[in-house]
Amino acid sequence: MSVTLKAKHPRLVRYTHWMNGPVLLIMIWSGLLIYWASDTEADSYKIRLGGWVLIQFFPEWFYETLGLGSQLAKGMAWHFFFMWFFLINGILYTSYTFLSGEWRDLIPNRRTPRQALQTVLHDLKIRKAPPEQDGKFNGAQRLAYTGVIGMGIGSIVTGLAIWKPVQLGWITWLLGGYQWARAEHFALMIGYVLFFVIHISQVIRAGWNNFRAMVTGYELVSTIPSHPTAGEVKS
Amino acid sequence: MTPNSPMDEEAIRRMTRMTRRGFAIGGVAAVTGFAGWSWLNSRESAEGLPWPFRRAHEANEAVGRGLYTERLAQEHAPSAAAEPRVNGLIGWRDTGEDGEYRFRPHPAAAEWVLTVTRPDWTALRQIPLAALTALPRVESVTELKCVEGWSQIVQWGGVRFADFLRTFDLLPPEGSPLKYLQLLSPASPLPGVNSDSQPPRYTSALDLPSALHPQTLLCDSMNGEPLTKAHGAPIRLVLPIKYGIKNIKWLSEIRFSANKPTDYWTQRGYDWYAGL
Repeated sequence: MSVTLKAKHPRLVRYTHWMNGPVLLIMIWSGLLIYWASDTEADSYKIRLGGWVLIQFFPEWFYETLGLGSQLAKGMAWHFFFMWFFLINGILYTSYTFLSGEWRDLIPNRRTPRQALQTVLHDLKIRKAPPEQDGKFNGAQRLAYTGVIGMGIGSIVTGLAIWKPVQLGWITWLLGGYQWARAEHFALMIGYVLFFVIHISQVIRAGWNNFRAMVTGYELVSTIPSHPTAGEVKS
Repeated sequence: MTPNSPMDEEAIRRMTRMTRRGFAIGGVAAVTGFAGWSWLNSRESAEGLPWPFRRAHEANEAVGRGLYTERLAQEHAPSAAAEPRVNGLIGWRDTGEDGEYRFRPHPAAAEWVLTVTRPDWTALRQIPLAALTALPRVESVTELKCVEGWSQIVQWGGVRFADFLRTFDLLPPEGSPLKYLQLLSPASPLPGVNSDSQPPRYTSALDLPSALHPQTLLCDSMNGEPLTKAHGAPIRLVLPIKYGIKNIKWLSEIRFSANKPTDYWTQRGYDWYAGL
């Protein structure tokens, strides 16, 4: 067996991936500064079950701990500035992924549902064997990464509907009106937070070699050469 | 992974080099990011915002103006209308130096006049509200949108601002550099406060195309009832193509200008254009 370097993530994918982190964080933070301004009893978003409020977005301590109160103008200024970086970074990533053919490793295929189920069962310690790899990613990854690109597009579309609800009124109308567009925009933000939690825990579980590939672009892989050369020590 | 051959060792060495390089680039990027963050926050203020953010708002304004057409905001059924919350009383109820709220003694509705000034005029024009009865009345049911995020469908009644400007011959001629308007609440001084420490009047600045939009109304009624004082009686401006902060209550003065005038909320860090 020998150890070789195997190309995994192209440079542009890595750069836009890492750039997206701080930009998305700024968008979420500034979005919360805006959301605070309308977080009244009547207007705040809640998840209800029957007559019970399961989750209210957000309790007062949340704003206090994170220092999010009374900064609406600042929130709007950051949000409407950094939205361009989010958009440009997203366009760079998606157009590269599309043009380079990387999308083939990313989009779900007919094996995806089975593999995604394997991942869930494996993570729940019901299934022992790790999920099958399918190119660079497994089925669960294909679903998650394609999904999060869809969410990014969703954030831009719902964002446009909120930004220009008259001039781009047809988008607002398609989304169910101004208040629906706001709620959808907010729900996508919650989606990123959930994605982030799962993403980070999976990256930790997958280990150093996997993480390092997003830093260097390469993975170290053990390969069994098809034509063993003399003198090689079999391990 | 344990190396078994010189080739393996070379692969591992290369990986170590690339990893170090990657983290070095990441470190430099992180430091640059933090430097950029503190640079942005420490820039000189341009009306309540570090100037790069003001520039960003202005760049967005250019996009907004590029998108702009006289497209109408969606009209709703009158049954969907309700009273919006009274969000701002600035211009009527203001704060003195002692921090106490007081009301400005506005002119009585019967004596209310709209004062219009233009730099190319020698005299100001004064139009009593009674003169507005000469204009066609309009009812418009649109969604009032607040920068805070809430919105409310409201039925507004009044006259088109464009009709008002045209009928009384207030509009600058075609090609005039007077492309902006500043709208002001009454100058009535706040009682118990020195003349040199009077709180500012409420102001709303507009670009001419927005002022001439067919749904930009001079309103005296809301949801079929006469406008209440808290909502801007006797006369206010309503434009569904802008956030609520531009929908000035107790409108008393209109000033045409060639230079972009500021206004109350722009000075407090909000986007000047505020176009929807």
